[in-house]
Amino acid sequence: MSDLLIEKLNFDYQGNKVIDNLSLTIGKNEIVCLLGASGCGKTTTLKAVAGLIEPSSGLISISNKTFNDKHVFVAPEKRNIGMMFQDYALFPHLTVAQNIGYGLLDKNKKVKSERITEMLSLVKLEGLGERYPHQLSGGQQQRVAIARALAYKPSILLLDEPFSNIDHQVRFQLIEDIRRIIKDQQVSAIFVTHSKDEAFAFSDKLAIMHEGKIIQQGTAKELFYQPKAKMVAEFLGQGIYIDAQYLGDSKFKTLLGKVRSTQEIDGDKQNGSLYIRPQHISLKPKSTVVAENSVTILSKRFMGTRYIYRIGISDQEIEIASTDDGQFDHGDQVDLNILPHPVNFFIN
Amino acid sequence: MRFSISRWQCIAWSAGIILTLPLIFLIFESLIPDPEVFDHLWNTVLWDYTFNTFVLIFGVLALSCLIALPLGWLVAYCDFPGKKQFEWALMLPLAMPTYIIAYVYTDLLDYAGPVQIWLRSTFNWQNPDDYWFFDIRTLPGAIVMIALVLYPYLFLIFKTALREQSFKLVQASQLMGYSARQSFFKVSLPLARGSIVAALALIAMEAMADFATVNYFAVSTLTTAVYDTWLGYYSLTAAAKISGIMLLFVFMFLSIERFSRRNKAVHERGGVNNDAMLYTLSKRNGFLATLFCCVVLIFAFFIPVSILVGYAVSYFDQAWNSEFFIYAWQSLKLAAIVSFICVALSLFVVFNQRLSAKSIDLIPGRMASMGYALPGTVLAIAVLLPLSLLDDAVNQFVGQFMEEPGLIFSGTLVAITLAYVVRFYAISQGTIEASFTRISPSLDMASRSMGKTPGQTLSKIHFPLLRRGMLTAALLIFIECMKELPAALLLRPFDFETLATHVFQYVSDEQLELASISALFIVLVGLLPLYFITSSMESAKFEEESTNE
Repeated sequence: MSDLLIEKLNFDYQGNKVIDNLSLTIGKNEIVCLLGASGCGKTTTLKAVAGLIEPSSGLISISNKTFNDKHVFVAPEKRNIGMMFQDYALFPHLTVAQNIGYGLLDKNKKVKSERITEMLSLVKLEGLGERYPHQLSGGQQQRVAIARALAYKPSILLLDEPFSNIDHQVRFQLIEDIRRIIKDQQVSAIFVTHSKDEAFAFSDKLAIMHEGKIIQQGTAKELFYQPKAKMVAEFLGQGIYIDAQYLGDSKFKTLLGKVRSTQEIDGDKQNGSLYIRPQHISLKPKSTVVAENSVTILSKRFMGTRYIYRIGISDQEIEIASTDDGQFDHGDQVDLNILPHPVNFFIN
Repeated sequence: MRFSISRWQCIAWSAGIILTLPLIFLIFESLIPDPEVFDHLWNTVLWDYTFNTFVLIFGVLALSCLIALPLGWLVAYCDFPGKKQFEWALMLPLAMPTYIIAYVYTDLLDYAGPVQIWLRSTFNWQNPDDYWFFDIRTLPGAIVMIALVLYPYLFLIFKTALREQSFKLVQASQLMGYSARQSFFKVSLPLARGSIVAALALIAMEAMADFATVNYFAVSTLTTAVYDTWLGYYSLTAAAKISGIMLLFVFMFLSIERFSRRNKAVHERGGVNNDAMLYTLSKRNGFLATLFCCVVLIFAFFIPVSILVGYAVSYFDQAWNSEFFIYAWQSLKLAAIVSFICVALSLFVVFNQRLSAKSIDLIPGRMASMGYALPGTVLAIAVLLPLSLLDDAVNQFVGQFMEEPGLIFSGTLVAITLAYVVRFYAISQGTIEASFTRISPSLDMASRSMGKTPGQTLSKIHFPLLRRGMLTAALLIFIECMKELPAALLLRPFDFETLATHVFQYVSDEQLELASISALFIVLVGLLPLYFITSSMESAKFEEESTNE
């Protein structure tokens, strides 16, 4: 329905730059995730889009309608934006149906109740319209919240950490449900979270935020395999850095032996470092040959379906999951092998 | 950024400024020299008055500690017969106005009273020279009377502070070899120090503000000095100057209170509320604990109330009269108007605080709340200053065209209403602020994002959710209005009486019997908040449980 455009957005609070020159565009029916640690400014960005705070400067427009710039600040109630909150913000004194109907303005009773029924069936809560929020489970409350935010056909939907209060077991089922609902309703959405797993599961595109800036945006795959900054690589998963020299032809020389990349590497022969994730490391019993890639097992944990070994590599430690039968013990020397993978190479 | 002032800011700031004006006028007036009256007082009696005030305050504080600290510890940590009942019953004396308790004990203990008559007949004494008996109508007597009705503040705050401390701390202390008594002095008491100091500051302000007891006992303090200076010398300036001295005291107590609360967050975190009792007292100690609670309760509440009931029964025909109904109606009406104004104003002021992210919008609420610290007599003088100025201006202006309207502000119910609103606004501000913080800010954002203006959000979301808080605030203010005496004495219009002033006049004439039903009524109304607060605590607990499901 609409494209969101944010240009050079700034927000200062008590001398701190909470949002620092942030620009972002969102295409039609696209779900974009702002991903970052707490305090990185992602929720503030969401509030600025909603008009709940007034940015210090910058442009915000939806479908070519300007909501914020040097001369304009449109009040939140005039923006037609849907928002879903971390605590759902259901009105405790209103029934489920009244909550869903709250944003339906200037409509006659019949149209209104039809829309409420439609929304209830969309979120599979038929027959629960007369209940009060506290009589529902957490997952049901969340579905009321999404129904309420979509009922008045907002031009964009904002979701502020909506899954953080949901039990781990049902979280991904709910993420799938709500993604389907949003896609059904053909509405663009911004989704804010600090969880990489939620972001990957829910969004079409991600923007990694750090200290008020967007460090990199793209699809999950792009970010994971082609991080432009160390911060992005680290945020998307644990790993270690090892010094590496690019030899050309997708091959690197490291102190743990040669590493081959399965994706193209730009640039010439250079020095830098590789960010190696645990899933690209395999451990083998030490061979008799004195190998440069021999490391020590620091500790071992039995996790039921697998063993976790902690190993030390040049001042860094990393935990590696292994489905073996616990063949290594604390203090053992083992051979470490880095499997061919699309490497993350950072030039020094 | 664009600069604009919203409707809400206008209301909030106007309220803040209007409610602060009396204080500002008072401070300025107290700086004007007044050689005649004030210098005379300064050279003669003022130092004695100040000294008496000091002794009164510290006496009340010491006695309150002696009563309330053991009670608080017993009720919070020990199990003994009647503990559950004492927990609320020990708050009852709060409903007793000092002028009633002072009168009752004077009646009971003076030469012609039943106690001395009984002593004389038992020991066959003939006249006062035969024996010694203490005189209640003295400064120490006033200290006892006031402490008996003010100790519940310390009791409640100390008990709550102990409950908020984790029992595990005391248990840890005992495991490390300290006895119950040592653990109390080494762990519980130091941890609760901030709360105790805050409660004592509150009691000190109330003790200093007391007018009725010291006036009735003819003990001259700064409060009575303000009253006498205004009604005796008609010098507003001198009265304002004495009030200024009291303001310095108030400022000191407030700073102590603020200072003691500053560290509270650090020291008293991690309260785990478990209902398990720490100590089960032995039979003998349990009996002693029960006895101690009973003695306090009997002296502070049951003796005065039963004597009042006795008066009411024997003087029913004289006390049950049209005066009672007229004054009760006038009091109720005034209290209702004041409660409504306070709640409405604080609703807007707190809403503006919530709406605006700027800390500058916290100022109106803080300003308007300062009146709570003003003693009734000081407040009356403070309110008279701007209102009489306003009256002068209006009369001068209108007098050019027609007959002067007279004292339409300072001489009417406007003065007393303004005074009560200034004094009790802080109650509604505090209560409604607390209720607002229980509403998640995301509800506001949700409502706004769904197309509702701030005003619509206030009426559709906040108002229904704040109903309980507003009701509590209104009730608390209502009751304070019913009890308030000194401001009413100074400000009431010519033909207007509240129940409190009505009762006090009979007290002054030594004829409380004739107003005993009015007095009982004031006590009964004062009991309401105790019931209400206990029951709303219960239902708050219930609500919490139901939302946690």
